Amino acid sequence: MEWVGSPKINQLWWDSSLWGRELKLNTCERSHLYCARVKISLTAVYSGTVRTYQDNMQFMLLFSRQGKLRLQKWYVALSDTQKKKISREVIQMVLARKPKMCSFLEWRDLKIVYKRYASLYFCCAVEDQENELITLEIIHRYVELLDKYFGSVCELDIIFNFEKAYYILDEFILGGEAQETSKKIVLKAIEQADMLQEEAEAPRSVLEEIGLT
Amino acid sequence: MSPSVCLQEMIRVIRGARTQGEERGVIQRECAAIRAQFRQADSGGRSHNLAKLLYVHMLGYPAHFGQMECVRLIASSKYSEKRIGYLGAMMLLDEKQDASLLITNSIKNDLSHSSQHVQSLALCTLACMGSAEMCRDLAPEIERLLKASNSYIKKKAALCAVHIVRKIPELGEMFTPSSFLIVLNSDTLYLHYLSHSVPELVQIMKNLVTSGYSPEHNVAGISDPFLQVRILRLLRILGRNNDAASDAMNDLLAQVATNTDSSKTAGSAVLYETVLTIMDIRSESGLRVLAVNILGRFLLNNDRNIRYISMTSLQKIVQTDHTAVQRHRGTIVDCLKDQDASVKRRALELSLALVSAANIRSMMKELLLFLSTCPPELRSHAASGIFNAAERYAPSQRWHIDTILHVLVTAGGDVRDETVPNLIQLITAASELHCYTVHKLYRALISDIVQQSLVQVACWCIGEYGDLLLKGECEEITPMQVTEDDVLDALETVLQSHMSTPTSRGFALTAIMKLSTRITNNVDRIRSVVSIYGSCIDVELQQRAVEYNALFKKYDHMRYFTMSYCTVILEFGCRSRLSLYFNIHDLLLMHILDNLLLFSYSQ
Repeated sequence: MEWVGSPKINQLWWDSSLWGRELKLNTCERSHLYCARVKISLTAVYSGTVRTYQDNMQFMLLFSRQGKLRLQKWYVALSDTQKKKISREVIQMVLARKPKMCSFLEWRDLKIVYKRYASLYFCCAVEDQENELITLEIIHRYVELLDKYFGSVCELDIIFNFEKAYYILDEFILGGEAQETSKKIVLKAIEQADMLQEEAEAPRSVLEEIGLT
Repeated sequence: MSPSVCLQEMIRVIRGARTQGEERGVIQRECAAIRAQFRQADSGGRSHNLAKLLYVHMLGYPAHFGQMECVRLIASSKYSEKRIGYLGAMMLLDEKQDASLLITNSIKNDLSHSSQHVQSLALCTLACMGSAEMCRDLAPEIERLLKASNSYIKKKAALCAVHIVRKIPELGEMFTPSSFLIVLNSDTLYLHYLSHSVPELVQIMKNLVTSGYSPEHNVAGISDPFLQVRILRLLRILGRNNDAASDAMNDLLAQVATNTDSSKTAGSAVLYETVLTIMDIRSESGLRVLAVNILGRFLLNNDRNIRYISMTSLQKIVQTDHTAVQRHRGTIVDCLKDQDASVKRRALELSLALVSAANIRSMMKELLLFLSTCPPELRSHAASGIFNAAERYAPSQRWHIDTILHVLVTAGGDVRDETVPNLIQLITAASELHCYTVHKLYRALISDIVQQSLVQVACWCIGEYGDLLLKGECEEITPMQVTEDDVLDALETVLQSHMSTPTSRGFALTAIMKLSTRITNNVDRIRSVVSIYGSCIDVELQQRAVEYNALFKKYDHMRYFTMSYCTVILEFGCRSRLSLYFNIHDLLLMHILDNLLLFSYSQ
């Protein structure tokens, strides 16, 4: 097997392995970044071959037992009508399932992984080759985050504070992949962002009080 | 114009609406107010208005007039407005909208913002809805962020880069210099290069599994299952077709497979990924046996999810490790009777793959039982699977014909179109079973004429071997005493029933005609039936009836000749299509020639 410019490659690889160490990240953070960077390269390689290895989530839907959508997050580019059609189909399919059935559905060329928490269905669509059990864990982690944030979350919290539910989701999942596996770090980031938001909004009310709009 | 209310109040009002019309009214009023507010240059509650619009959008109402407002809010300097603006962009704009390009510049600026939260908003939006053009413009920024910033931004930038590479694969090379791995053109070269990283990955994984209880990463006793699964998947890609890499990970995989506690889903997820990895790489045989055993254990689990995924994985290895999977055949066949449609589907696939010459009879019993109770969406797949299995492993011709008949009776509406000619061919070939077959088919025909494929085959058979039916003796089956009238009645019922398709009617008419040479007493009855259909509305049927009429009148001496036994299967559809292009006499000549050829083949 021939190397193309091997000394250079070796140098770069050495640099890259030092890079993690330089930043003094703990093992978990480093490995997470490591995986991400290798994944980039692998995606590039695989997209050159027969299919692009899309191992991310395609979309996530939250809906009530009556089929009302409470949150929808799409990680693929589709038109509005397509999104509506897909949501309707998936919601119908999931609502038709009986209580004790397994959490996985096959639909078109995707797998739908869903779980019901109280009155809300949490539903993700992943590629056929994905590990469905870990997707269930991702859903569970998201519910835990919501629970921690709202304090014993219920459907009404998500209805009246839907934008916060989105912010939490965006802090946990980026581009369809889980970005941070530590609950504490995710919640801390959201706390800080919320504080920033309050600071940004506060001066307005003060000015209004004085009489200057 | 009513004063605009705050978001929560609006939600309350909308939920309080008792009818769809009332809700629509409320929303139209609110949207009008929001539109007016958007048009005003300066507005204090811009973020609240956009939030209201996003809620309305989620309910399914049009909200496209908010797109420009999103663009404006993203460009604002206040964090609260940026936050909702970006959310709006992710919900309302997608890469197909032209407006999405307008936010490229704002994203670019925000990527260099001093606050990491603003940077993270921009990265999140880009990774969610970045189109190819946006990605191309902003790729250098992402590269810079990957090198320079803190870990919070770095991880987001990394995932953003993954999105960029998915959209524009060529840019993968851009992210490689400066402390990134190089992407080379050749797969093998690249993976060989990456295999150097395997020891490092293995070390990280070992640390995760053995030591370090970190409460924030822990899920049900497994330390950071998300990361473990990711690493295992990476190892799988690296170890594929690569002996050296596979060797390096053997120990680790064995350790993870034996030590992971699978009582909760998190543990099962890690074990599942481990099994998939073992199956995909060039692992040693002991490891493969371990993996199959784990899958076998999963198969007996009470949790339906676990059973489902174990069957999915067994499906992947059933070709390569056939004997190992055969050991679990009993459990898999039991899963056919499960209530859950997903489990049933998996069990069906796996059962069809496990059919072999040794177990064909017992498996077919189970599969036929399944066919009678299976959900409609699985029927056609099950039927075609059964046909394939029967074709490959049929222990005898009679068993084969019986099986096909059983399928036609149970699920005749869901079989493919080729089934009818295939079955006809099969029957013709089994010459010693003609008597048995025709009796069985006659019985099926008089009991039920709903299943069209069964009707077609039965008509054809009765037409061909009607004399055997009328003779009334058969070794293999107790024969019914059938008179010519009974047979003609049955065929006429098919002709006249509103349930019969035109094809079935065609078959029935041809069968009646053929019987004119097999029977002696009722030729007049046949002649009258045929002449009636000479004025039928259906063109195909009329064509045939007129031809046959002509056979009776002008070419009576050739009737026996043309209606004799056929040993070569005609393509029925082909002939009828041709008939539309020729006039009757030419057609009849062709028909006669057709049968002449047949006759010569049968000599």
